[in-house]
Amino acid sequence: MRNIVEIKGLSKSYFNKKALNNLALNIEEGKVVGILGPNGSGKTTLIKILTGILRETKGEVLIDGHEPGVYTKSIVSYLPDRNFLYNWMTIQDALSFYKDFYKDFNEKRAYELLDFMKLKRDMKVTSLSKGMTEKLNLTLVLSRNAKLYILDEPIAGVDPVARDQILDAIINNYNENSSMIITTHLVRDMENIFDDVVFLREGEVYLTGNAETLREEKGMQIDELYKEIFGE
Amino acid sequence: MDFNENLPIYMQIMNLIKRRIVSGNLKEGEKLPSVRELSIDLKVNPNTIQRSYQELERENLVFTQRGMGTFVTEDKAVIKGLKQNMASNIVKSFILDMKSLGFDSKEIVDLITEKAKEEI
Repeated sequence: MRNIVEIKGLSKSYFNKKALNNLALNIEEGKVVGILGPNGSGKTTLIKILTGILRETKGEVLIDGHEPGVYTKSIVSYLPDRNFLYNWMTIQDALSFYKDFYKDFNEKRAYELLDFMKLKRDMKVTSLSKGMTEKLNLTLVLSRNAKLYILDEPIAGVDPVARDQILDAIINNYNENSSMIITTHLVRDMENIFDDVVFLREGEVYLTGNAETLREEKGMQIDELYKEIFGE
Repeated sequence: MDFNENLPIYMQIMNLIKRRIVSGNLKEGEKLPSVRELSIDLKVNPNTIQRSYQELERENLVFTQRGMGTFVTEDKAVIKGLKQNMASNIVKSFILDMKSLGFDSKEIVDLITEKAKEEI
């Protein structure tokens, strides 16, 4: 299978602190990959490099054969771990904004997802609860026909009902021609949607593999494995 | 649904479907939910559901018709065999459990006979 992401010898330092250390990782097309690790393990740094927000100190990153830049931004749909919409916007404004910005934006899908999330177009962005904001942001991100979706902590801090809706939307959106990278530390809630998992520890890949194979080999669920690796 | 056993998810889903077949919840020849439906229902990666269906097919419990979906076998003998197999596994693990509590075979049988009478 073809790799949508290829990372070799990737290092990133903030002054003398190493956030990523000689990291190597390939992500196959059509896979849902969970990047797991505690705070400070390098998840967000890795994602910021993939999305072109940060530059690597050393190493090589290729997305669909290209270094992060204008092309990769056109095929990568990114959900940041914080709200990214302007305060003056209504939900309709946010949709129009996305439609102007991205050629691959599918308006029809956006409206379907809004309905599914029970969000109304005339709501003000500032009036939304945390869960509703998360659902809106995810609606926008999943409404693009992207080759790669990168979701940074998509269910952090939302209630169980919103969490289920978000999981449903992610599973519904799954197709063989696009890939997804999802970071989370809510492993229990999300592990069943991953094909592969990557455990990041102190800026390095500690363990990676097919989720089902790991369950079989280790005789435990990914959540328990996570606790064993990061437990002490 | 919660997947708590120390088994891969695809096996837990196979067991779930086997239970539904044996209990008559899914009848012989009945169509299984599509991969996508079950995937959303259980909130599990579609590839995992696909694998469960493939393994069930390998065990001759279901069959696939191109473009139509996956169906429970129409072979009653196969379903009967599955039922006996599952029952025997439950009994085996029960006996092991009882033995670990210090009961011998005769005591186990006596206890079961007694309890079975009470239930009826």
